[in-house]
Amino acid sequence: MRQGKNSVSSIRRTMAGADGDDSLYPIAVLIDELRNEDVQLRLNSIKKLSTIALALGVERTRTELLPFLTDTIYDEDEVLLALAEQLGNFTMLVGGPEYVHCLLPPLESLATVEETVVRDKAVESLRKISHEHSPVDLEVHFEPLVKRLASGDWFTSRTSACGLFSVCYPRVSSTVKAEIRQHFRNLCSDDTPMVRRAAASKLGEFAKVLELDYVKSDIISLFTALASDEQDSVRLLAVEACVSIATLLPQEDLETLVMPTLRQAAEDKSWRVRYMVADKFSELQKAVGPEITKNDLVPAFQNLLKDCEAEVRAAAANKVKEFCENLPEDSRETIIMTHILPCVKELVSDTNQHVKSALASVIMGLSTILGKDNTIEHLLPLFLAQLKDECPEVRLNIISNLDCVNEVIGIRQLSQSLLPAIVELAEDAKWRVRLAIIEYMPLLAGQLGVEFFDEKLNSLCMAWLVDHVYAIREAATCNLTKLVEKFGAEWAQNTIVPKVLGMANDPNYLHRMTTLFCINALSEACGQEITTKHMLPVVLKMSNDQVANVRFNVAKSLQKIGPVLDSNSLQTEVKPVLEKLAADQDIDVKYFAQEAISVLALA
Amino acid sequence: SRDFAVGFNFHSHPNSADVISTVEFSQSGEFLATGDKGGRVVIFQREPQGEYNVYSTFQSHDPEFDYLKSLEIEEKINKIRWLPQLHSALFLLTTNDKTIKLWKVSERDKQPEGYNLKDEEGRVKDISKITSLQVPVLRPMDLLVEASPRRVFSNAHAYHINSISINSDCETYLSADDLRINLWNLSITDRSFNIVDLKPDNMEDLTEVITVAEFHPHHCHLLAFSSSTGTTRLCDMRSRALCDQHAKLFEEAVDPASRSFFSELISSVSDVKFSHSGRYLLTRDYLSAKVWDLNMEKKPVETYQVHDYLRSKLCTLYESDCIFDKFECAWNGTDSVIMTGAYNNFFRMFDRASRRDVTLEASREVCKRRAVLRPRRVCIGRKRRESDICVDSLDFRKKVLHTAWHPTDNIIAIAARNNLYIFQDRHSPSGHHGMNVNELDIF
Repeated sequence: MRQGKNSVSSIRRTMAGADGDDSLYPIAVLIDELRNEDVQLRLNSIKKLSTIALALGVERTRTELLPFLTDTIYDEDEVLLALAEQLGNFTMLVGGPEYVHCLLPPLESLATVEETVVRDKAVESLRKISHEHSPVDLEVHFEPLVKRLASGDWFTSRTSACGLFSVCYPRVSSTVKAEIRQHFRNLCSDDTPMVRRAAASKLGEFAKVLELDYVKSDIISLFTALASDEQDSVRLLAVEACVSIATLLPQEDLETLVMPTLRQAAEDKSWRVRYMVADKFSELQKAVGPEITKNDLVPAFQNLLKDCEAEVRAAAANKVKEFCENLPEDSRETIIMTHILPCVKELVSDTNQHVKSALASVIMGLSTILGKDNTIEHLLPLFLAQLKDECPEVRLNIISNLDCVNEVIGIRQLSQSLLPAIVELAEDAKWRVRLAIIEYMPLLAGQLGVEFFDEKLNSLCMAWLVDHVYAIREAATCNLTKLVEKFGAEWAQNTIVPKVLGMANDPNYLHRMTTLFCINALSEACGQEITTKHMLPVVLKMSNDQVANVRFNVAKSLQKIGPVLDSNSLQTEVKPVLEKLAADQDIDVKYFAQEAISVLALA
Repeated sequence: SRDFAVGFNFHSHPNSADVISTVEFSQSGEFLATGDKGGRVVIFQREPQGEYNVYSTFQSHDPEFDYLKSLEIEEKINKIRWLPQLHSALFLLTTNDKTIKLWKVSERDKQPEGYNLKDEEGRVKDISKITSLQVPVLRPMDLLVEASPRRVFSNAHAYHINSISINSDCETYLSADDLRINLWNLSITDRSFNIVDLKPDNMEDLTEVITVAEFHPHHCHLLAFSSSTGTTRLCDMRSRALCDQHAKLFEEAVDPASRSFFSELISSVSDVKFSHSGRYLLTRDYLSAKVWDLNMEKKPVETYQVHDYLRSKLCTLYESDCIFDKFECAWNGTDSVIMTGAYNNFFRMFDRASRRDVTLEASREVCKRRAVLRPRRVCIGRKRRESDICVDSLDFRKKVLHTAWHPTDNIIAIAARNNLYIFQDRHSPSGHHGMNVNELDIF
């Protein structure tokens, strides 16, 4: 039966004056809606579960509400997700830590549903309430639940178990600890790849709570086994575990216990595993320390930079700067110059544009590490080559990181190549590329200085104002504001204001509107004098424009620049024009004129 | 000689529009799914007595219209693939030409009872009598089987999807259309990765289309796909992200002397299946079925003629478009026998070790009589036996395109138009002689 809104309100009416307990009514509705056909109402009810529990009291919550919730796992994912989350904060509502174990059955059934997000949330809540269990309750209630999940029939319960070992292990007796380790071992060699993946992804976390001896004996053998699993998707997760395991072990054990597996992973037949190594390279580097980095990771990194799969090269290229930064200081420069730089040089002319653009996004960072002379001699040619790359993304990435180079050698070294690159991007056929370069303009302007800007780039900024794509015109307007903030009002008055105002007479009404948009954006930065003397007359004159869109934008502009003007010009110049527009034939013009009048308090 | 006999049960959709378009056993064989032209999926469950009865029926796909291209998208189910059963609920992927869906089929045997504000019939209670709150309780009810769509994977194929296949990692699957193969994660619907792309820059240079693709049963990195030119390629996903370059190419050299107008048409591969062991590939072209050893690319290790007598009929078959029929093929559970369909509601089985073969007929008449399936023989020219059938009297409108073999037992499912026939080996240990099970001699 459907419990519609109408029947609820009719019940509410009949209840007035009845003998029943009025305060029960809203709770009764919430409880009934737990099983409403409308998922939104059920969700709403579940989200107010604490209200229901409070009304029922701790006793009935434990004996009636929780058993019902334990069996409601048929519901929609979003309802179950909300339920799993609620139960994590339910301890006080079932009677405090003494009774927290009553929350285990519903969370256990939620931890076995097939939808990953629900399971993960249930595990999260279980982890949370595990801390509210006393040591005794943990062994009597919580740990058996973990074991049940770990030996469950379906993979879903076994994957959930993987995330629970680490929270109970530190707080149980040594016999139980041994059992937990055994369960974890079993899951690492589970038949289904899903469970092995879950175990592999929790291996590092579990290792952290284990005694060092067991890390060396148990964890290492599991790690080695998972790292040579037949499934690529399991092996690649072992790489992640490698980071945490390596941090736990003393330096002298790393070589024998971890490095053979890591070397193997870096040369895995599957590119996905090598990709993972490349992606985690900085973390691995920190975990194994400087000596192993020098002897092992440097050649491994070189290989990854030369990998036959572009995805791997791109991931490694992304790490070039971080890797070099983290090299031990005493040998950093030598390693970079002799081992890394030759690979980087090759990547600059890679066949794959993703690889080149990944490199371009970090390569500039090398200049701070290598210093002025090396940058000029070795890096500068690479920057220049990338500035001329056929792929716009590569050029953009170089330009967007110019600041690193600026600090070391100054941007002038680059300016000869920079200009053609910027001009080409500014005129790129793809509007998104044009948009991206506009966004770097204020930065470039700051680094190149006002003279260079006026000479070379100003005309570009003006050309964007009449671009045929609105997004570009809008960005160009915004760009002008930032330039004025950088170079000052006087510069604005001399260079850009005349050009912007000139567009007010353009035959294209879109360009005339751009004038208004620019004035909106610039008035504040330019200040009262320029606004009153130069901009206001133009705006007022445009109130006679034959296009209604221009006229109502005049009204909007007046509203916008009003606060910058003095009260005299508001009263004598702005007010009459707005009053005229308020009597316009066009409804929109009228509307915005009236709005401006009221906002500026001119009525 | 082996006495290979089967019993059967038989399901027929009453409506002739409900032509079955795909048949697939679940990994355990306990369930069997069929898809039809009307976008419906029917799931059968094996009873303890061995018979398959309807378990659930649901509408998987509906007709749609692509407004951008002004194209109608048929609801016909092209393929069904079961996920390994790793949960109490069943999961299966179904696809039409454009959209793949992940379905969950689950059972429910409890329902909540008890309202505060109304009674179980829905009548509003007298509020004045409500003095305490009631929490609903769950009570047993009749078993209800529900099918719900869990994920919809759309907008990734510009051409018609011909195959879907689930990877042994149980995390990813592939979908193939005429020119491309995409790789998906089962839980991510808004993104897929293109791994094979045969589309030439200029469509006028198009020489080959993908006809079918399948993942290796154990090795997560291997996939095979076949094409209209008669080749089957094996790709290794480990070496590169893009598999445009194959690791192996299985192709048999054609004798130039026997080349004809129809050579390319009849060599097009209509189905490819890895053996359960993962060592062999079974391919089906128009006239034959071939078994390839993954270690030998230059020629098949076994070739079986399915209906070589049609060689003289190719002209007629071309004119009636029958030459484009896509026959599927199947391995038995131990990879010792292969099966594939033919015309006249015939299907063929080949025993690999003894090289014996048999032609059987799936027909309603046989089923009505509950007789034993008798081997049929097609003869060219004069009849040698009364039961023989002449090539000229074969009915090309009756075709067995879709067949499936139970993953472990000797149970087969044969789809012929809107009829589904399930035959069972009478000597198989789980084969019971129920009241509507007949025995049929095969070999």
